[in-house]
Amino acid sequence: MTTGTAEVLRTRTRVRLGDRVFSISTVVAGTIILAVLAAVAIFLILQSLPAVFAQPGTLPSDAVNFWAYVWPFVFGTLWAAFLALIMATPLAIGIALFISHYAPRRVSQVLGYIIDLLAAIPSVVFGLWGITTLAPFVQPFYSWLTEVAGWFPLFAGPVSGTGRTILTAAIVLAVMVIPIMTAICREVFLQTPRLHEEAALALGATRWEMVTMAVFPFARSGIISAIMLGLGRALGETLAVAMVLSPAVIVKFAVLQAQSPNTIAANIALQFPEATGLSVNALIASGLVLFVVTLLINVLARYIVSRRKTFSGAN
Amino acid sequence: MTATTAQPTANAFSAGILPRGATWAVLGGSWLVMGAVFGIFAASGLTTGFNIVGAVFLGTVLFDVLLYLFSRRVEGPRRAKDRLITSLVTTAFIIALLPLISLAWIVMSDGIARFDPTFFTQSMRNITGGGGGALHAIIGTLLVTLLAALISVPIGLLTSIYLVEYGRGMLARGITFFVDVMTGIPSIVAGLFAYALFALFAGPAIRSGFMGSVALSVLMIPVVVRSSEEILRLVPNELREASYALGVPKWLTILKIVLPTSLAGLTTGVTLAIARVIGETAPLLIVCGFTTSMNYDVVEDRMMTLPVFVFTQYTQAAGADAQAAVERAWAGALTLIIIVMLLNLIARLIARAFAPKSGR
Repeated sequence: MTTGTAEVLRTRTRVRLGDRVFSISTVVAGTIILAVLAAVAIFLILQSLPAVFAQPGTLPSDAVNFWAYVWPFVFGTLWAAFLALIMATPLAIGIALFISHYAPRRVSQVLGYIIDLLAAIPSVVFGLWGITTLAPFVQPFYSWLTEVAGWFPLFAGPVSGTGRTILTAAIVLAVMVIPIMTAICREVFLQTPRLHEEAALALGATRWEMVTMAVFPFARSGIISAIMLGLGRALGETLAVAMVLSPAVIVKFAVLQAQSPNTIAANIALQFPEATGLSVNALIASGLVLFVVTLLINVLARYIVSRRKTFSGAN
Repeated sequence: MTATTAQPTANAFSAGILPRGATWAVLGGSWLVMGAVFGIFAASGLTTGFNIVGAVFLGTVLFDVLLYLFSRRVEGPRRAKDRLITSLVTTAFIIALLPLISLAWIVMSDGIARFDPTFFTQSMRNITGGGGGALHAIIGTLLVTLLAALISVPIGLLTSIYLVEYGRGMLARGITFFVDVMTGIPSIVAGLFAYALFALFAGPAIRSGFMGSVALSVLMIPVVVRSSEEILRLVPNELREASYALGVPKWLTILKIVLPTSLAGLTTGVTLAIARVIGETAPLLIVCGFTTSMNYDVVEDRMMTLPVFVFTQYTQAAGADAQAAVERAWAGALTLIIIVMLLNLIARLIARAFAPKSGR
C-alpha cells in the first residue's frame, strides 16, 4: 500500500487490458456461434427464394409449385423417421434399462462403451452395410410377410426383389439413432432417487415393478426428449438412406414395395452433384424445410430436457 | 416338516424359486436348439451357409418364451413377469449388438481384399479397372478435417471459457441454448449452408476443400463447446480462488491454472469431436465434389475425401470392373473405421493417462 501510487495504477491498467482483451475474445467467439446459426438460416433462405416463387413448369419433376415439389420428400422423411422410431424406442429404453438397472455394475460401463461404438461408425459405412448385408438378409422375410399379411395395406405386395425398401432404410436409421437415445435414457434412469427405488424394493416389489413405479415416472420427460432427439437425428440422416433406398417421387405408406418415397436429405445428396440452375435452388429450399423441421423438434426436445437437468446428446 | 408336506423340498427358502443357473441353462439350451435347427437347414441345403445371426436371434426369442413359462409354473405370475422383462431387456441389448457384430465382420472380411500398399500409395487418376488407391481421398480427408479443427477448436474453446468463466445473463443462456440446438443440425444442411455462402461470392460451380471445412466446423463447434464446457466446470473453484488470492488477474488464472488443469479432458473432447466429423459424408459430397486426382490445395478445385470415395466407388461401380470398385469401397470403409476407432481409442487413453489425480 505504501509503494508509489503510479506503480499501483500501472499494474491495474495492465491487468484490466489483458482481462478485457481475453473476455472480449471469448464473447466474440460465443457471438460467432449465434451469428453462424443466423447465417445458416439467412443464406438458406436467400438461396431458396427463387425456387419458392418459381413459375409453374420450371421446377424439376414437373411440379406445379414448390410445395407440390417438396411434399413427397417431406412425407418420405417423416414416414422413414417414424418407422425408425417405432423400432428404436422400445429397444433404446430396454438397452438403457439393461445398462442402468439390470447388468452387473462392474460391466455396465463397458456395455455403455460398446453401444457408443455404434455411434462412432460413419453413416456411409452403415449405408454400405445396409445395401450389401441387411437388404439381402431381410428380403426373404419381406416376401414371406407379403404372402402372409399382404391384405394389410402396409405390407401390400408386390414385394421388392432387392429388399431395398423404406423399411430397410428405417431399420438402418433405427440402428443409427439407438446410441443417442440410449445415452440419454441411461443418464435419466441413473438419476432416479435411490431412496425411491429402495423403498419400492423394500415393500416387496419385484425389480420390474420397482422400475415401473419408481424409475419410469421419474424419467418420463427424459424419455420423451430422447425420442425427439432421436427423431431429429433420423430426419437429418442422409447417406444411409440415400444408399439403401431405391427412390421414387411418390407418396405411399406400403413399406415393402420396390418404389419407396425418398427423404429430403437423401434426395439432396443424390441430386445435388448433377443439379444446375433452378433445381439447385429447389434442393436448397427443401434443405431449408428440413432445417426448420429439425430445429423445431430440437428446440422442443431441449426445452423439455432443460426443465429438468443439464445434459445433452453432444457428450 | 410334517409327513403331510406335499413338497419334499430340501431348503424351505428356495421353494418356489427357479434354481440358480436355470436362466443360463435355458439360454444356452435355446441357443443350442436353434443352432441345431439352423445347422440342419444348412446341411440339407435349404439355406446357403450357416446363418449365425438368425440362430442367435431366434434362440434368444425362444429363451424369453421358455423362461417365462418355466417361471410362471414355479414362481407365479409376478415373478414370471419380472423374469420376462429381464430377459426382454437383455434381448434388446443383444439385438443392438447384432448389427455391430455383423457390420464389423463384413467390413473386415470384405475390406481386407484391397487393404494393400497400393491402396495407400496411389490415387485413382487414369484408373479404369482394378488397382488404384485412395491416397487422394485420405489426404483430402486429413486436410479438410484438420482445417475444420483449426476453425472450430479456438471458437469452441473460447466459447466454453466464456460460458464457464464469464457468461451471465441472456447472452450466456442464449449461447447454451443455441449450441444445444446446433447439435441437431442435419449434416446435409451444414453442407448446403457452406454452398450457399460460397456460391454467393464465387458462382454456383464452386467446389473446394475449404468449403467442406466450413461445413464440418458448423457440425463440430457445438460438440467442442459442450465437451469443453463440461470439463472446465470440473476444475475445482478452490484453484481459481487461490490464484485470485495471490493477485493473479483473471485471464492469467484461466490461461495458467484452469486450462492446464483440464488439458487432458479438453484434448479428449477435441479428439472425440474430430472422430465424429471425420466420417461425415453428406456435406462433403455436396461442397467438395469428387475427383480422381491428388489435390493438396484446399481453396482451389475439387477435393476427394474418404467417405465420399467409399460412396462414389460403390454407387458408380458398373460393368466388368464393378467388382474392383466395390472392393475399393470396402477397403475405404475399413480405413475409415480404423481411423475413427483409433481416434476414439486415443481419446480414451488420454482421458485415462491424464485423469486428474486430486482426491475428489
